[in-house]
Amino acid sequence: MRNGRLWPVHLVLAVGAAAMVVPFFWEVLTSLKTFTESTRVPPTWIPSFEWSNFTRVLDSTPFVQQFGNTVVMTVVRTLAQLLFCSLAAYAFARLRFPGRNVIFVLLLSVLMVPDQLFLIPQYQIIKGLDLLNTLPGLFLPGMFSAFGTFMLRQFFMGLPDEIEEAARLDGANPLRIFWSVMLPLARPGLLAFGVLTVLWSWKDLMWPLVVNTDPEKMTLSAGLAALHGEHVTEYPVLMAGSLMATLPIIVVFVVLQRQLIQGIAFTGSK
Amino acid sequence: MERAAVEGAAARPATRTRLRDREWFWGYLMIAPLTLGLGVFYLWPVLQSVYYSFTEWTLFGDSSWVGLDNYATLLRDPEVGKALWNTFLVAAFGLLVIPVSIAVAALLNTRGLRLVSFYRTLYFLPVVTMPAAVALIWRWLYNGEYGLINYLLSLVGVTGRSWISDPSTALYAVMVVFVWTYLGYFTVIFMAGLQGIPGHLYEAAAIDGAGRFRQFFRITLPLLTPTVFFSGVLMVMYGLQMFDLLYLMFGKNSPAWADNKTIVLLFYNKAFEEGAKGYGAAIAVVLMAITLAITAVQFRLQRRWVHYA
Repeated sequence: MRNGRLWPVHLVLAVGAAAMVVPFFWEVLTSLKTFTESTRVPPTWIPSFEWSNFTRVLDSTPFVQQFGNTVVMTVVRTLAQLLFCSLAAYAFARLRFPGRNVIFVLLLSVLMVPDQLFLIPQYQIIKGLDLLNTLPGLFLPGMFSAFGTFMLRQFFMGLPDEIEEAARLDGANPLRIFWSVMLPLARPGLLAFGVLTVLWSWKDLMWPLVVNTDPEKMTLSAGLAALHGEHVTEYPVLMAGSLMATLPIIVVFVVLQRQLIQGIAFTGSK
Repeated sequence: MERAAVEGAAARPATRTRLRDREWFWGYLMIAPLTLGLGVFYLWPVLQSVYYSFTEWTLFGDSSWVGLDNYATLLRDPEVGKALWNTFLVAAFGLLVIPVSIAVAALLNTRGLRLVSFYRTLYFLPVVTMPAAVALIWRWLYNGEYGLINYLLSLVGVTGRSWISDPSTALYAVMVVFVWTYLGYFTVIFMAGLQGIPGHLYEAAAIDGAGRFRQFFRITLPLLTPTVFFSGVLMVMYGLQMFDLLYLMFGKNSPAWADNKTIVLLFYNKAFEEGAKGYGAAIAVVLMAITLAITAVQFRLQRRWVHYA
C-alpha cells in the first residue's frame, strides 16, 4: 500500500539511474559491433557479436602485461599503505612521544598540496634510482598516504582503551599490542580504507603515464590512452578495451560494495 | 585480580620514566616508515618543486637558476590566463554535483522505499570506473556523427554537433561527465549525513504540522551543512586538479585542445611533453597557491553558513 505512494520517487530515481547506466550499456553494445555497424544511423540495436574487437585489443596492446602491472601496482600500494599508515596511525592515536602533534600536522599538510607539486621531483627520484619503466617505479611513491594515516587514526581513536590497557599491564610492548590486539579490532576500518586504496590505485592515470612510457610496463589506464591513440575512430575496439580494463574493478566493487560504501561514508563524516 | 591491580599501581612510580622512554621509542619506531616515505616522496618534493620553479631545464636534464623568469613568463603567457579561467569554470561547475547528490540521497532516504541498494549500486557504477574508460565512453556518446546523444536529440528534432571537438562546447561537455562520475560518490556521503540526523527532530516537526518540504529546508538542510561544506572543499580540489577526463577526451589533435586546457593539463604539457620542468614547476606552484587561497576562503566563510550541531 505504502509503495503505491512512492511511485514518483521511483520515477525520478529511475530516470537518474538510466543516465548512469545507459553509457555503460552503449559501451557494451558498441564493443560487440562491427565497425560499419558502429557508424550506422539510426544505431544498430542488435549487434553481430563481433568478438574480434576484444582480440584486437589483445593484439594491439600488451593488455595482459598491463593488466598484471596494474594488479601488482594496486596490490603493493594497498598492502604497503595498510601497513605503514596503520602503524603510524596507531602511534599517533595512542602513544605519547615528543613532537607527536607537530609531526602529524606536518604529514597531514601533504593533503592540502595538489599532486602536481610532487610529480616532477618524484619523477626525478625514480629516474635517479634508474627505476623508470619498472614496476617499483609504478608503486613506490604511492606506498605512503597521509590520507590513510588520518583516516585510520580517527578509527583507532574511536576504539575502547580497556583491552589495550589490559595487554599493557601484561607487559606487552606497543608494537605487540598494535599487532595482536588493535589490528584485529580495526579490521573494518582497514578493510574500508583498503578497498578505497584499491579503487584509487586502479584508476590512477597521471603518475603511471609519466613514469612508464614503455607499453609493456604501462598500467591499464595509460594503456587505454595508448589504445586510443592507435584506434582513434574504431570505437568498437576502444569500447572493448575500456570494458576489459574496467570489468575487474567492477567485480571487486560488487563483492566488496559494503566496505567501499562504508569507507566513503566514513571519510564524509570524518 | 584485585591484588594484581594494587601491585601494578605500587610498581608504577618506580618504572614510570622507563615506561615513558619506551613509549617514545616505540612511537618513533612506528611512525618511522611512513614519515620517511612521506618525507622523501611528498614533503621534500614540495620544497624541491618550489626550487625548480626558479630554474630552467635543457632537454638533457641540466638546470640553471633563472630567478623569477618563469613567473614573469607565466604572467605574460596568454595560455596560462586561459587555462586558469577554464580551471575555475570546471571547479565552479563541478559544485553542481552537490545539490544533485543531496536530492538523490534525500530520495533514497525516503522511508519505506525499496530497491535502495539497487539504485545506489547503479549510481555508484561511474565512481568505480576508471576515468580513462569513462573518457572514451563519453567521447563516443558525444560523437558528432554516430554518437548516441546526437541520435537521441535527432529524435526530438534537435540537430546536435561535435560536442567535444567544437571548442565552444568541449569544456562544458567534459564538465557534465565530471559531475556524472562524482554523483554516486557524493550521494553516498550525503546518505551517511542524512542517516546521522536524529529521527525525533522530524517527528517533532511533523507534530508541529511542518510538511515534507518545510522539514527538508528547516531540519535536513541546516543539519547537512557540515557535509555540504566538506563536499564543497573536496569537489573544488578535484575540479582544480582535474586531468584524466580532459586528457583523454580532447586529445592533442582535437581543435578543442588549444583553447580548453586547464591548468593541470598545461602543467603536464609543459613539464612532461615539452620538457620545460622549471616552467611546469612554476605552474604547479601557482596551482598550489590558488588551491590554498580558495580553501582558506571556504574555511573562513563556513562560519556564516555551516551549523555544527
